[in-house]
Amino acid sequence: MDSLISLWEWLGENLIIIQILIKIVLIVAPLMLCVAYFTYAERKIIGYMQVRIGPNRVGPKGWLQPIADAVKLMFKEIVIPSGANKTLFLIAPMLTLGPALAAWAVIPFSDGLVLADINAALLYVIALTSVGVYGVLIAGWASNSKYAFLGAMRSAAQIVSYEIAMGFALVGVLVAAGSLNLGDIVRAQQGQAGFLDWFWLPLMPLFLIYFISGVAETNRAPFDVAEGESEIVAGFHVEYSGMPFAVFFLGEYANMILISALTALFFLGGWLSPFHGFPVIGPALEWVPGMVWFFLKVMFVGFFYLWLRATFPRYRYDQIMRLGWKVFIPITIVWIAVVGLAVVLEMPWWFD
Amino acid sequence: MLENYLPILVFIGVAIAIAVVMETLGFVLGTRRPDSEKLSPYECGFEAFEDARMKFDVRFYLVAILFIIFDLEIAFLFPWAVVLDKIGMVGFLAMMVFLGILVIGFIYEWKKGALEWE
Repeated sequence: MDSLISLWEWLGENLIIIQILIKIVLIVAPLMLCVAYFTYAERKIIGYMQVRIGPNRVGPKGWLQPIADAVKLMFKEIVIPSGANKTLFLIAPMLTLGPALAAWAVIPFSDGLVLADINAALLYVIALTSVGVYGVLIAGWASNSKYAFLGAMRSAAQIVSYEIAMGFALVGVLVAAGSLNLGDIVRAQQGQAGFLDWFWLPLMPLFLIYFISGVAETNRAPFDVAEGESEIVAGFHVEYSGMPFAVFFLGEYANMILISALTALFFLGGWLSPFHGFPVIGPALEWVPGMVWFFLKVMFVGFFYLWLRATFPRYRYDQIMRLGWKVFIPITIVWIAVVGLAVVLEMPWWFD
Repeated sequence: MLENYLPILVFIGVAIAIAVVMETLGFVLGTRRPDSEKLSPYECGFEAFEDARMKFDVRFYLVAILFIIFDLEIAFLFPWAVVLDKIGMVGFLAMMVFLGILVIGFIYEWKKGALEWE
């Protein structure tokens, strides 16, 4: 053990790149596993919500299903349509998956447990999640298919519309926290009243808008007109098969988990214990590591994604645009003014 | 300070490398038997008879322009939001004037019907 620690320190001094790469593997490998089993959880949970049992053939209770899916996709033929722009066609999925993974560099898993503790973390996350829309647009354009093209147009317009509502909601969080550093945003939610100190309560409208915009950003039901099966088949990735499709798929699910993690950080107190400061139960749960709380919160928000998909019918496109522009943006602007006033006047008990 | 950004650069490189490796793996392991029917663009049952990169509704373009305006607005709000508790009431009122002008523009585009998708 001691020799391992001294080796680690030696790496930090001499071969810092190796040390960084080891840390990145420690983040990406569990993340990929989470993505794989999130797809399994989706099929199981929606199955039970529809009174089916979901996948149960591969391995005990279907536990190996995601592995089987991955292996199957790996051996599938990659079809590149004749009129497609080959280079762009293959770059598009990378532009979706790359940012969805790279954004995890600044996510704090516990107090101080973060790969890059930078002050512009929030800006970095917003910049990277915005790159995802290029993947969608390029995929639709490069495929040379009408369905893909229409799906990409719809999807891109929807994503940029909801990005505004999302950005305004984040301005509210920034006003309340006073920092762009994700760790500082979580620490600003610390207090003696446990989960009542977190931002979801004073920023309730922004919390709901942020999460709903996140669902729309990732093109998930009930906002999945981009791939409305009955109209444009599968939207922008209709021409994709085999591994390029798998990369798109992974990127989409990694984005969902990323949005869940960001929601947990901004509004649900990140790694903080929900019962901190409570009598009896607070000290009794003090031993639980922050990472566990963070993981539970991410799973909690992620479950809502699946629940929404199983419950609601699909929105019409004009309804989606109306919700984004005419409902969410006015509400967020008003709430920024309210939160700003509360911070300036040092209103108890969140902002004093 | 700047060395904090090195892991991010490496992480972006690794993320892109993962995507590249996955696609390459698909090309190496997957079968490859193309024929002209398989490679034709997907069209419900009939031949694709024109280029798919066609004209599209101007409203998509309008949404993109409005997005740029509002996104720029958010970029202006970020630095203000971070230091609001230090600049106090004056800073707050100054930004409210700015937001008020933005809202006037927003109401104008709403009344003009730029947000209508019937």
